[in-house]
Amino acid sequence: MTLVRHELRQGRTAFVLWTGCIGALLCACVFLYPEMKGQMAAVGDMFASMGRFTAAFGMDRLDMGTLTGYYAVECGNILGLGGAFYASMTGVCALSREERDRTAELLLTHPMSRRRVTAEKLAAVLAQIGAMDLVLLGLSALSVALIGQAVPWRALLLLHGACTIMHLELGCVCFGLSAFPRRSSAGVGLGLTAMMYFLELLANIAERARPLKYLTAFAYCEGADILSAGRLDTPLVLCGMALATAGIMAAFRRYTTKDIA
Amino acid sequence: MDAIRTEALTKYYGRIRGMENVSLTVERGQLFGLIGPNGAGKSTLIRTLLGLVRPTAGRAQMLGLDTVKDRERILARTGYLPAEPAFWPGMRVRDVLRLSAELRGMDCGKAAERLCRRLELDPSRRADQLSLGNKKKTAIVCALQHEPELLIADEPTSGLDPLMQREFFALLSERRAAGATVFLSSHVLSEVQRHCSHAAVIRQGGVIAAGAVEQLIHTGARRVSIRGCVCLEGLDGVRDERVTDEGADFLYSGDMDALLAALARGQIQDLAITEPTLEEVFLHYYGKGGAENDARPA
Repeated sequence: MTLVRHELRQGRTAFVLWTGCIGALLCACVFLYPEMKGQMAAVGDMFASMGRFTAAFGMDRLDMGTLTGYYAVECGNILGLGGAFYASMTGVCALSREERDRTAELLLTHPMSRRRVTAEKLAAVLAQIGAMDLVLLGLSALSVALIGQAVPWRALLLLHGACTIMHLELGCVCFGLSAFPRRSSAGVGLGLTAMMYFLELLANIAERARPLKYLTAFAYCEGADILSAGRLDTPLVLCGMALATAGIMAAFRRYTTKDIA
Repeated sequence: MDAIRTEALTKYYGRIRGMENVSLTVERGQLFGLIGPNGAGKSTLIRTLLGLVRPTAGRAQMLGLDTVKDRERILARTGYLPAEPAFWPGMRVRDVLRLSAELRGMDCGKAAERLCRRLELDPSRRADQLSLGNKKKTAIVCALQHEPELLIADEPTSGLDPLMQREFFALLSERRAAGATVFLSSHVLSEVQRHCSHAAVIRQGGVIAAGAVEQLIHTGARRVSIRGCVCLEGLDGVRDERVTDEGADFLYSGDMDALLAALARGQIQDLAITEPTLEEVFLHYYGKGGAENDARPA
């Protein structure tokens, strides 16, 4: 666990900054709800007339006048996308950072197997992502309570749970990628996340692009789908888990055999 | 049991040769110097021994254990001093030392404190903002605080001032007295000559000579310094020749009778024939045909 603790300490600043920023935006969004509530009927009409883009953001199936509908659209994007960027950054730097900063030589000449180094680094990545999502769930619930609304626990847990799974998936996929380059790969992680987000939008807009949903981690985080079905889309989640497993396996396979520059 | 034993150890990075057929034996308790210019394969050999890179062919043992299969067990008993140490951002020296000890499952606080005092290293400073010399000191403490049986050091004195170099070698002597083995690579031949009991010369990825430093110096070549006038034309085995108005100075590895005959024909006011320094031996091995003509089996 020494390396897990070390990784958590190393990632402390990024964790505080990302969690703080996403949390502040989430809270600000929730605090705007009482003011926006009255205008949501007009906003809903406006959103409904945006054609395919209405479907792209799932606004055709959500009532923006309700707290859960408002939260799924406005806060869902902040939580999903913001957290996804943090998760991919954390994952994609975990192993490659040691070679970029030339600390791999020091770390890997201690009596720890590469397998253990990889496992402890993965545990640290997952712990940081999990902790961020836990804090964000707490902040969301608190901000809802502070505006005098009953906390819609089931909807909140479903939305946050889906995002947590998506963040963990991205973290694992990017962790796999981090075993390959010798230098920093932060751009690869951010690019992959952005690409997955736009694949999700594309899959929502065009019927022919619907199979892309099985490739993007954002597919099972669609607030409209989750709230209307009352559960997560199991096949999509399983596809995501398969990708995450592939990422983890790639990391172990590559990092345990690679030459350290 | 040998501290290090390699058998035909070979490493290729794709098509690029890192080292080829390196067979080397370092006995326990030796202070062994690995000599060679940049790109000769010194770091590749060290990195392969430490398991940072996987050998393409051949095998290596350290402390009687296989470097691939028993990597963790070897590293638990080994200390490593890299040529250019780097530390994690934001950590103080004491945090780096504590982390290094914890990764070994040890508490080395007292040893670290003693070493820091001897090396005049302030443990409260930020490790990533240190000068090369202080980074090196931090790495020395990391490598020695757990009192390893085997220390591997890559260019250990680069960046250290002469006083600290002396202190470093005093530390190595103490470790040796306690039974440890030291394996170091160096460009500084005088340093190897002064401190190492044994050495190996590595060239183009292969060991071309190895043995006791005293033996290595006895290559058969002699440094000849003449004050006076002598004609060296037609004399085979003359290298590194420097002719001045007052005389000549050269490295000679040819027939001694032929040299004496040439000297007898000249007008010699003063003459000195001495053993070459390790620096000269190194140049001898790297000189044209030196390796082919004079290398001893490693």
